[in-house]
Amino acid sequence: MTERKVTMHIDWTRCDGRGLCVELLPELLTRDDWGYPVGRGGSEIAIPQNLEYAAQDAAALCPTQALRLHK
Amino acid sequence: MNSVFDQALWAVGRGSGVVAIVLLTLSVLLGIGGRSGRAVFGMPRFAVTLVHRNVSLFSLLFVVVHVVSLFLDPFAQLRLVDFFIPFLGAFKPFWLGLGTIAFDLLVVVTITALLRNRIGPRMFKAVHWLVYAMWPVSVLHAIGNGTNGREPWFLVLAVFCVMAVGGAIAWRLHEDFVEYRNVRRQETR
Ligand code: HEM
Repeated sequence: MTERKVTMHIDWTRCDGRGLCVELLPELLTRDDWGYPVGRGGSEIAIPQNLEYAAQDAAALCPTQALRLHK
Repeated sequence: MNSVFDQALWAVGRGSGVVAIVLLTLSVLLGIGGRSGRAVFGMPRFAVTLVHRNVSLFSLLFVVVHVVSLFLDPFAQLRLVDFFIPFLGAFKPFWLGLGTIAFDLLVVVTITALLRNRIGPRMFKAVHWLVYAMWPVSVLHAIGNGTNGREPWFLVLAVFCVMAVGGAIAWRLHEDFVEYRNVRRQETR
């Protein structure tokens, strides 16, 4: 089995800090004092396999389309 | 000519229209609530977005039942062209035309909303703002065209809807509408 590594990229030119992604990925993201998401790894966040679906939801529901998933 | 069937069509046509107005009102409230970025109506933010989408799709479903049942109804004298081109109606063309406009806008808004991630947030938003025209037009259509449109019970319902949406729009225009607006503003000062 080859291991696929999914990462999620936060596009800060688009992010408006609406907080949907933080609700859907509480294991990976918190909000800073201004409401913007913070995760370990800055704007390139490694997604463990069990959170792939949640990450897909977060990307699809982001109101500003600021999240992109890379495999 | 089956008069019981005609009666039923007419009742379904009016009833579905009233339900559609209520659902459209809820949809606007949920849309504005979602835009605030806050966890409104006791739901997390992502749920507000999803419920907004589903209520909107249900409102379109009821509008479709509304126009199809009245199309089949012999009294309403609807023609296919009245679905798409306003003010050509055989009966109360002005008020019917408002319904046509609202229907067309609803279709366009729904299609672009479902394609949001493909057309991009700018295009989506530009089209989505048509809802602020569509909602009042649909309410005027209901009052002007409806058999029950000027009866007290409907007017009370309409006043409730107008107050709810009016209040939500006032909140939308308030400077502290968006969550974190306070801290973000202080920081850039
Ligand atoms: C009955 C039709 C609809 C009505 C009346 C409606 C109403 C609204 C309103 C009033 C807003 C706030 C806009 C603003 O002031 O910036 C909004 C936002 C939104 N609507 Fe709708 N909407 C409808 C259909 C839909 C559908 C079908 C979807 C999804 C498939 C959708 C997705 C969204 C999203 C994602 C937002 C949030 C945009 C943001 O957070 O920036 N809407 N809607």
